Amino acid sequence: MTSSVLDQLKRKEIVDLLAQDKRIDGRAFDQPRLLSIETGVIPKANGSARVHLGNTEIVTGVKIQPDKPFPDLGDKGIFICTAEILPLAHPDAEPGPPGEDVIELARVVDRGIRESGMIDMSQLVLEKDKSVIGIFADNSVVDHNGNLFDACSYATTAAILSCKVPKWEIKNDVPVLVEGHESNPPITTIPVSVTMGRIGEHILVDPNAEEWECIDARITITTNSDGNICALQKGGEDGFTIDQLSKCADIAISAATKIREKLKQIKG
Amino acid sequence: MGGRESTLVLLDKNGIRCDGRKVNEPRKIMIKAGVLKNADGSAYIEFGDNKILAGVFGPRDVHPKHLSNTDTGILRCRYHMSPFSVTERKNPAPSRREIEISKVIKEALQPSLMLEKFPRTVVDVFIEVLQADGGSRCAAIDAASVALADAGIPMRDMVCACAAGKVADTIVLDVNNEEDQAGQADMPVGYMPNLDKVTLLQLDGVLTRDEYKKCIDTAIGGCKLVYQIQKKALTDKFFENGGNQ
Repeated sequence: MTSSVLDQLKRKEIVDLLAQDKRIDGRAFDQPRLLSIETGVIPKANGSARVHLGNTEIVTGVKIQPDKPFPDLGDKGIFICTAEILPLAHPDAEPGPPGEDVIELARVVDRGIRESGMIDMSQLVLEKDKSVIGIFADNSVVDHNGNLFDACSYATTAAILSCKVPKWEIKNDVPVLVEGHESNPPITTIPVSVTMGRIGEHILVDPNAEEWECIDARITITTNSDGNICALQKGGEDGFTIDQLSKCADIAISAATKIREKLKQIKG
Repeated sequence: MGGRESTLVLLDKNGIRCDGRKVNEPRKIMIKAGVLKNADGSAYIEFGDNKILAGVFGPRDVHPKHLSNTDTGILRCRYHMSPFSVTERKNPAPSRREIEISKVIKEALQPSLMLEKFPRTVVDVFIEVLQADGGSRCAAIDAASVALADAGIPMRDMVCACAAGKVADTIVLDVNNEEDQAGQADMPVGYMPNLDKVTLLQLDGVLTRDEYKKCIDTAIGGCKLVYQIQKKALTDKFFENGGNQ
């Protein structure tokens, strides 16, 4: 909804190029930006990743510690995912409690991991109904150049894949750390989120910052290793036709394949 | 989804669900327009065990002023659950879930409104969930859209919403609380029936490509049923004899 003259000129340029089947940075419509993933960047975290998706950069750390289970889920470990756009990430970012955009971001990333069943939570129980292992994934956006949904999702997934789970034993009702016994996390599948923006009739995978300012509506589709859809989130100020939603699902399933191959190479 | 083990029979061999409904049958829905005196527009909905009030104010001056837009009016939405609306008392402060739902409801309603006719103003939609059941965000949208029409705000279409989901390996319409907890997937859909556009779409749970399509189609079928009830609520209010349509 920005309306400065420069924004309007930029929008016109993007729309004019789309009419010639071109994107402003020369990518194909279904081509995400260059993705690079580095893991183990924060040795004090149990797992961590630095992800570049084009010029967007995320640092994610996973901390693992004993916690109480949710009251109705005493036989499952817990997973909590947060996100913060650091004030150094963008001229418009300000310190303070998270706004609705950031809360949505964290919840969409959380939903993709959780609903895919990526982590087998039943293997993270120390004592049923009393003590379980908690996995906390905190995303810090350090450079904001569009599509934080996918960038944070890949960073969270990579940080989890690279983490080592410490061992605890219950002694006198208290979990006690057993030194030197770390194991790989119980991974069952690798979720991959693909976010698409719609500008007019065009569906653009992984919109960059300039495209992000122009999109009519967006959709994030997360698929698991079987190619099934496990989470969806539509956003933006307009809608999608049913045909467009069908097309988006096909694009998301095929675009996820390459990204999943990249994530699969991550070792703890 | 909730991943909870349950002895509940979600779907029996005759295709009857845990609350006695058929696969394609929504819960009981009742909508009444114009229920509040002070609000410019309002509606009350009962959708299964959901009891939700929606009140609309505006177009009116924007406070704080820096939010106002010289090109168009803006929409604000607050979805809030009363502390007594659920089994365990809910902390009245807005949770992260409520903030996210407020945002997706705003984005579901916005495409239906001609806010560009009212630059520098705001339309406020306040939604209070007095009692919550599964599918409260869909019921909230259904009530809010009626309240916006009741307020006389120029609209391109109504927005109707209904969920579909996967329960006992079957795609079913309008997932209730038990099915949401023990089922395999829940997909709330918001839809503009005359413009044929989806304005709310979320999913928790795993669906194949084919189930995804079927789930959207099933939910839209439910949305169209809701649309008839929304229209009736408005004709009942504005044509006291029950409407002339």
